[in-house]
Amino acid sequence: MDITEYIKLVFTDYTLRTITLGTAILGAVTGMLGSFAVLRKQSLLGDAISHAALPGIAIAFLITGAKDSNVLLLGALVSGLIGTFWIKGIISKTHLKSDTALGLILSLFFGFGMLLLTFIQKQPNANQAGLDKYLFGQAATLVESDVWLMAIVTGACLFVLLLFWKEFKILLFDADYTKTLGFNTKFIDILITTFIVLAIVLGLQTVGVVLMSAMLLAPAAAARQWTNSLSVMVFLAAIFGAFSGVFGTAISASQNNLSTGPVIVIVAGVFVLVSFIFSPSRGLLFKQIRFIKNRRDLQLQKTLSFMFHIAETHENISHPHAIKILNNFQGFTKGSLQKLVEKNYVKLEGTMWSLTEEGFKTASNLYNQQTSNNE
Amino acid sequence: MSNAQIEIQLIASLVAIACAIPGTFLVLRKMAMISDAISHSILPGIVIGFFITQDLNSPLLILLAALTGIITVVLVEYIQKTGLVKEDTAIGLVFPILFSIGVIMIAKNANDVHLDVDAVLLGELAFAPFDRLIIAGLDVGPKSLWIIGSILIITIGLLLAFFKELKVSTFDAGLSAALGFSPAVIHYGLMTVSSVTTVGAFDAVGAILVVALMIAPAATAYLLTNELKRMLIYAICFGVFSAIAGYWLAHVLDASIAGSITTMLGLLFLVVYLFAPRKGIIAVMYREKQQRTEVSLLTFLLHLKNHTEERERHVNHLNEHINWQKVRSKTVLDLALKNNMIQFDKNIVSLTEKGEQFTSQAIDYIITNQDNKIEHMKDDFFLFRG
Repeated sequence: MDITEYIKLVFTDYTLRTITLGTAILGAVTGMLGSFAVLRKQSLLGDAISHAALPGIAIAFLITGAKDSNVLLLGALVSGLIGTFWIKGIISKTHLKSDTALGLILSLFFGFGMLLLTFIQKQPNANQAGLDKYLFGQAATLVESDVWLMAIVTGACLFVLLLFWKEFKILLFDADYTKTLGFNTKFIDILITTFIVLAIVLGLQTVGVVLMSAMLLAPAAAARQWTNSLSVMVFLAAIFGAFSGVFGTAISASQNNLSTGPVIVIVAGVFVLVSFIFSPSRGLLFKQIRFIKNRRDLQLQKTLSFMFHIAETHENISHPHAIKILNNFQGFTKGSLQKLVEKNYVKLEGTMWSLTEEGFKTASNLYNQQTSNNE
Repeated sequence: MSNAQIEIQLIASLVAIACAIPGTFLVLRKMAMISDAISHSILPGIVIGFFITQDLNSPLLILLAALTGIITVVLVEYIQKTGLVKEDTAIGLVFPILFSIGVIMIAKNANDVHLDVDAVLLGELAFAPFDRLIIAGLDVGPKSLWIIGSILIITIGLLLAFFKELKVSTFDAGLSAALGFSPAVIHYGLMTVSSVTTVGAFDAVGAILVVALMIAPAATAYLLTNELKRMLIYAICFGVFSAIAGYWLAHVLDASIAGSITTMLGLLFLVVYLFAPRKGIIAVMYREKQQRTEVSLLTFLLHLKNHTEERERHVNHLNEHINWQKVRSKTVLDLALKNNMIQFDKNIVSLTEKGEQFTSQAIDYIITNQDNKIEHMKDDFFLFRG
């Protein structure tokens, strides 16, 4: 299947259109909120919340006996929130650290959820099949109403984000200052946490409990590499998230036996990898290039300064010297000498070199700068 | 109890002990989430191992999976070292991606292998006794019993051999480096043991619930004691208790054994979290409330000491001046009266001699922060207990 054919299919085929739209919206909203989670150093909270949502799904099913996804998601939301606030309670009231609290709630809630799920499976109720799709997610089960729900939540989230932008931003970077300004930090904190839980719960059906945390983190971690501004980061994260969704769906739709969730996560992982390597200001590649360039410059300057010291002792600065005398100097190579010639600092004549007027000037300034820096 | 039941409980208990030992150190080193990451990311290792050996219990599979676990740790540390993202983000990025690779590998080859993601993640203890280890035609017991048993023996051996080193490097990495025990070696050793234990336990309790068995008993024990040896023993006891109690819960409910073991761990943690004598939530809340009252009491006594004029010390005035709610002011007054620190004289409050003495001592304490002066007050007051 070539690309144009696939794009045509996205617009004509109901299932494919729904899934593509759903994963794109999901990616956008998780990317947006994930930025806050990453910057607040709560990256693993997403993992804990998604696991903690499982017993809520099971209990909602046990109570209602129906598989209406909205009711199940409500259950997931409630149990996710309980998990989140319990984690906060453990961290603030006991001496257990945040990682222990996260791991504890994650595994205990998940285990309890598993107990309930296996218990439900033994019940004489024909309806229970398919509850385990929440474990690993099944994007194929998305229907139009699910997408509408996602769109509404995304809209609400966007609205609240714009309304409380200033508060979110200030809480993010200086919580104590926020408190002294008289903002109700607890309220802002609960608001943003609730939305993060909401976004995670929405994603459970699509990518599942286990992989949900990556949906939250990966777009935000990728976006972080390209900018230092919060608004740009949130925007970029939303874009990355949405594209992960669209590409992931496309790849998994074009192959047999590929579930959508893991593919989306891997696409998001590719975004992260590319950002880590190729981001202009923070990326590993350009950092390495800058590092090498700095080292070269330093060598060049050292050679120049060494030459300057020799030239200084003569009345005529352009007095030629043998290249040989540079040999026992560390920074000197044929290449660096050639570079100096190119920059018109040095003239070469056979086996002799001499400083030019320009080279002498640069070197003396360089020297001045160095001494003034040393002082 | 049938033979199989005893064997299941034995396997569960051994897994619990094998998990509790590295778990205690993970909790103390603030690396609990690493065990979660390992438990997910061993999946590709298991899958590759399974493709090669076609046997879920082969040693090669355990080796490969443990290797993936260590790769996870190295990757997390590498990403963290680049400074591009924080440690927790690095963990959160690495394991879902490795896990996804595992899931996709299974999905692409689903037709010709018998390996289920559910089986790897959730395990099924109930089937463990049916997979027997047969040596020279002799049935010597379930395979997983032997696997987890040998892992446990190695773990205990390492624990006894390196207890001192582990202890020092856990609580003071700098000191341990200065004494010549490389914290890095201990760190990777612990990570290796955790990976191997996770892998060894995955077909019994499932990879995710290994995390519960590692973290929950240790965290519960940490709420009860501050001593390493005791914490280890408590954690092991909690683990074994939950394993056996969980088995019977599953028996009654006819549900997943691993799920009920975790539920038991959860209940145990909840009880300790609420009722632990010093660090439980109720004790902490009570202490915080007491401390609040005592701070109020001190403020109140200071106010009395500073004002000699009667107008300032009139009961009605006090309420509005210090601006407490009625209830609180009553508690504070009662406390002060009970300790004979104030006396009433026609609605005028004044300090008794004892109150006077107490107030100046308390001020001294706050200013100089020296304990000896108020040694005798410590029994009555939370505030001064450090």
